[in-house]
Amino acid sequence: MTLLQARLAGVLVDLNHPGHYLHWGFIQLSVANLVVIVLMVLLFVAALVLPFPGRRNRS
Amino acid sequence: MSRTVTDDSRMWTARLRDRAVKALPPEKLLPDRQPAYVASWIYVFGVLTLSALLVVVASGVILALKGPTWWHTSGIGLFFNSLHLWSVELFFFFMVVHLWGKFFMAAWRGRRLTWVTGVVAFVTSIGTAFTGYLSQQNFDSQWIATQAKDGLNSVGVGAFFNVMNFGQMFIWHVLLLPAGVGVLVALHIAMVRLRGVVPPMPRRSGQEEG
Amino acid sequence: MSTRSGAALTASPEYDGPYARYDILKEFTAALVVVTLLSVMLAVFLSSPDRRPITIRSWAQADPVDFVSTAVTELDGSSASAGYGPPYNSTPGAGQKIGPVSLQRLVGVHEPIDSSDAFVLGPLRTIATTQPAVAGAMSRYDGADPSQQGRWTKAYEDAAAKASYAAGRLQLPAGNYGPVAELMSAELGMARSGALDGYLLSTPQFYSTDYTKPLMFLADGGYMASVARTEHLQGSQWGMMNETGNYPGQAWLWLYTMWYQIPPFSHSGNADALIWGMMVLLTLLLILIPWIPGLRDIPRLVPVYRLIWREHYRRLAAQGAGSGR
Repeated sequence: MTLLQARLAGVLVDLNHPGHYLHWGFIQLSVANLVVIVLMVLLFVAALVLPFPGRRNRS
Repeated sequence: MSRTVTDDSRMWTARLRDRAVKALPPEKLLPDRQPAYVASWIYVFGVLTLSALLVVVASGVILALKGPTWWHTSGIGLFFNSLHLWSVELFFFFMVVHLWGKFFMAAWRGRRLTWVTGVVAFVTSIGTAFTGYLSQQNFDSQWIATQAKDGLNSVGVGAFFNVMNFGQMFIWHVLLLPAGVGVLVALHIAMVRLRGVVPPMPRRSGQEEG
Repeated sequence: MSTRSGAALTASPEYDGPYARYDILKEFTAALVVVTLLSVMLAVFLSSPDRRPITIRSWAQADPVDFVSTAVTELDGSSASAGYGPPYNSTPGAGQKIGPVSLQRLVGVHEPIDSSDAFVLGPLRTIATTQPAVAGAMSRYDGADPSQQGRWTKAYEDAAAKASYAAGRLQLPAGNYGPVAELMSAELGMARSGALDGYLLSTPQFYSTDYTKPLMFLADGGYMASVARTEHLQGSQWGMMNETGNYPGQAWLWLYTMWYQIPPFSHSGNADALIWGMMVLLTLLLILIPWIPGLRDIPRLVPVYRLIWREHYRRLAAQGAGSGR
């Protein structure tokens, strides 16, 4: 496999284009970072709210 | 017989072993039961963080085997660099959610060393990631080095920790800081086993609990 | 061994409620498999960024006017690195302070850099032996008194602001630059050929891993900063959090970079030192939460815990909990 083929195979979504940024007042945030932060908050809330299996394991 | 018992009890080896086994017997080191209150998905973020750390280290070892320039010229190298980058993102992702969970549980109750080792591990991880970014040998490393030097120089640290010296930063990243993180994580997990998972707070706020 | 005695060994001594089977090794294995799969998929689908580094050569070729504008400030000591202070040199008054204390100055010079020698005169000396025009310009420059040297370099700096590069050479307006024009032209030639990169990295010991000199030189110019700007990496762009392209960066640095955006730090010459001090303080606060009244009470006052332990509280309520726990 040539280097080029390997690189093409490995990049199915190319994030190497100029970044997208959001501006709110003095805050500047990349879309990528915003996605990460939103996912963290969603996962935190989900972890708190979703029921945890295991009532059958009571000893 | 009584003379043998007295001799053994003065031995450092026997005394240390006895203390260790008393504090952390096998059933406590690898327990197969947990209190019934350990029943929320928030509890899995510690082990998710640990798992991400293991993937970070494993991918880092592969990158170290082939040296710091390999990933710029090899497709497989680029894959392992990507694995290292994304497992680091996941590591911080899970670690911060774990921190949020533990904060809202006030998990330091009777477990202050567990809290301290956790936060110090977090801070040390930030340093490890920072030296990792410096070790990439691309434009990002150049920029981060020339910017970070100003912060470090302003408090005198830059005179001893030169972010523009690749060799120095690379050794910190590959050896010194991961060793620090490893020791802190081992201590942190040992503390969790020693003290057990923190019990729930009183249902009504305002009641004191130690 | 009964379940109860085994459980007692694992538990917090404060807890005397029920236990449940919990297979921590199975949980660990599941977590490891999930995280490994997730990492592999992210690596396969999204790869990782690798923007090529710039060199003195690529700088001098992409923006020769910026290069000579920077080189002349290295020569006359007006560049950022020449006036930096410790740990590179002892420029009087240079160095940031927290209140009355300058840790930067206290620590002193540990990475000495003489900018005019390191970046201009030293490299030119290596070609002076084979280029008589350069040798002549260097001895004319060395032989002049400092005020004359300053007039030449000032005139060159002002002219460079209006210069252009065409037909393989710098086009400067006419002026009295003395030997400085020849020196800068030779410097540019060395840079564009790659010789300056080689010179700045070479050491008497053969081996080195230290990129301080070429990086300081690059950072003194405008070209590197303009590349960083296109990638949103500059301080005023919250750059510390960002990565080249569309990749997520170091989002966990948000609090560190935020201070640089707001007064008084945004206009302070001591911003770096003050913000470092602030972050050390905040980190200590985070570490010491268990001992800090107020902070350690937040979890009680913002009762997320009621969600986490709702099963437990339900069970206690069903038992008609007399303990009040």
